[in-house]
Amino acid sequence: MHIFYDLLLTILATIWDVLPIAAIIFGFQLFVLRKAMPNLKKILMGFLFVLLGLAFFLEGLEAALFPLGKLMATQLTDLDFILQGEPKSSLNWMHYKWVYLFAFAIGFATTIAEPSLLAVAIKANQVSAGSIGIWGLRIAVAIGVAIGISLGVFRIVTGTPLYWYIITGYVFVVIQTLFAPRLIIALAYDSGGVTTSTVTVPLVAALGIGLSSTVPGRSPLLDGFGLIAFASLFPIMSVMVYAQLSEWIARREKRKST
Amino acid sequence: MKSIRAILKSLLDSLRDLLPIIGVIGFFQLVVLQQPIPNFGEIATGILFVVIGLTLFVQGLNMGLFPVGESMAYEFAKKGSLFWLLVFAFSLGFGTTVAEPALIAVAKEAAHVAAVGGMIIDSEQSRLSYAFGLRITVAVSVGFAILVGVLRIIRGWPIQYLIIGGYIGVVIMTFFAPKEIIGIAYDSGGVTTSTITVPLVTALGVGLASSIKGRNPMIDGFGLIAFASLTPMIFVMAYGMVV
Repeated sequence: MHIFYDLLLTILATIWDVLPIAAIIFGFQLFVLRKAMPNLKKILMGFLFVLLGLAFFLEGLEAALFPLGKLMATQLTDLDFILQGEPKSSLNWMHYKWVYLFAFAIGFATTIAEPSLLAVAIKANQVSAGSIGIWGLRIAVAIGVAIGISLGVFRIVTGTPLYWYIITGYVFVVIQTLFAPRLIIALAYDSGGVTTSTVTVPLVAALGIGLSSTVPGRSPLLDGFGLIAFASLFPIMSVMVYAQLSEWIARREKRKST
Repeated sequence: MKSIRAILKSLLDSLRDLLPIIGVIGFFQLVVLQQPIPNFGEIATGILFVVIGLTLFVQGLNMGLFPVGESMAYEFAKKGSLFWLLVFAFSLGFGTTVAEPALIAVAKEAAHVAAVGGMIIDSEQSRLSYAFGLRITVAVSVGFAILVGVLRIIRGWPIQYLIIGGYIGVVIMTFFAPKEIIGIAYDSGGVTTSTITVPLVTALGVGLASSIKGRNPMIDGFGLIAFASLTPMIFVMAYGMVV
């Protein structure tokens, strides 16, 4: 079966990606810190697991979900599907309801499966001694990505400039920062960057390119970009909202019990 | 027996993480587009691979990436050499970004946009050098971001001032940068942080904040990724203006 041959290639590619990181880490450990790493054997095993894990993960996505997801993005943005037999002149942004729904759903679903978000959630859970739930954080981030990508799709359909949305988003983030609990701020800023990697980017990029090449008047070169920017901005807001909500609920419970 | 049960449990956890995607794609394929699912066998194998991969990754995270990031943070703090810590921070940011496949793809795309938009001569040679320059720019910007982020943890600067300062930088650059580059610049912030970099850098930040007196790992330890996704936007727009 050729999936196993592909897997081998993916493992080699992953080794190639990990090589510079491993070189930096072990180089500094040997020449600057000049100390043997504690539990070296276990750590090397861990690196091997990460390597194999990523290779399996990427190859599996490539074999199962990406082709179907990408094809779906093209089919859903196809004008014949959008218009459902209506004349082309009646086309407006409301015809794209399935595309918005798909953007929302795929944004949410891919974020839940994102390994780097899982890593940050595990760490945040450890550091906060359990007060930040792994699932709470992941769902908050996923909702942010879902809203972000749907809004980004709306932007491509309507052709409004990207920076209006992003700058408005920044203003919201700044205002929220003033009111959010101090403990969450750094984590919220981080969750903007971690959301978009292995699972989300390929599917979202396919959606952006599909849309911008079928909506009349858009060009994939100028309008195809920007969805990732939405997906990295909105989780910052949704995580701060999550923190404010959980603080508010905790305060109300406390008041009830006294 | 116990370990088999633990492995089964983590496999089930990974499967649960995947259920939303399977559900979404299944729903749109069968209900909205009303088409059958092609190559069922291949898809089932693929899903099995993804589940195994995610499980292995989480195992490796706790055995390898987290402990390495943390133990290096402790040792650097103990050694007390700020210079070498900053050199390490920069190299980690630069080294993990420059070979990042997502960045290579974006840089190629950007060179295409620049050539079509008339910003550079449309030849193979100029495209390649444009893409390469962009990659180096982004990698330097991520290295710089981790360096500043580590310095912030050590000094205990509040993160919001730095981030808001960065936002102001992005807004100002947006008004001066060529229009064609803005979308790519904004996206480049999101693609730079890979699946291996994120846990490593997070563990480094949290480790540093917990080994320096007076720092809170929650308030000061996080935030490195935030810098790494902000500076590329500014640097890429600057690149678009200069080149």
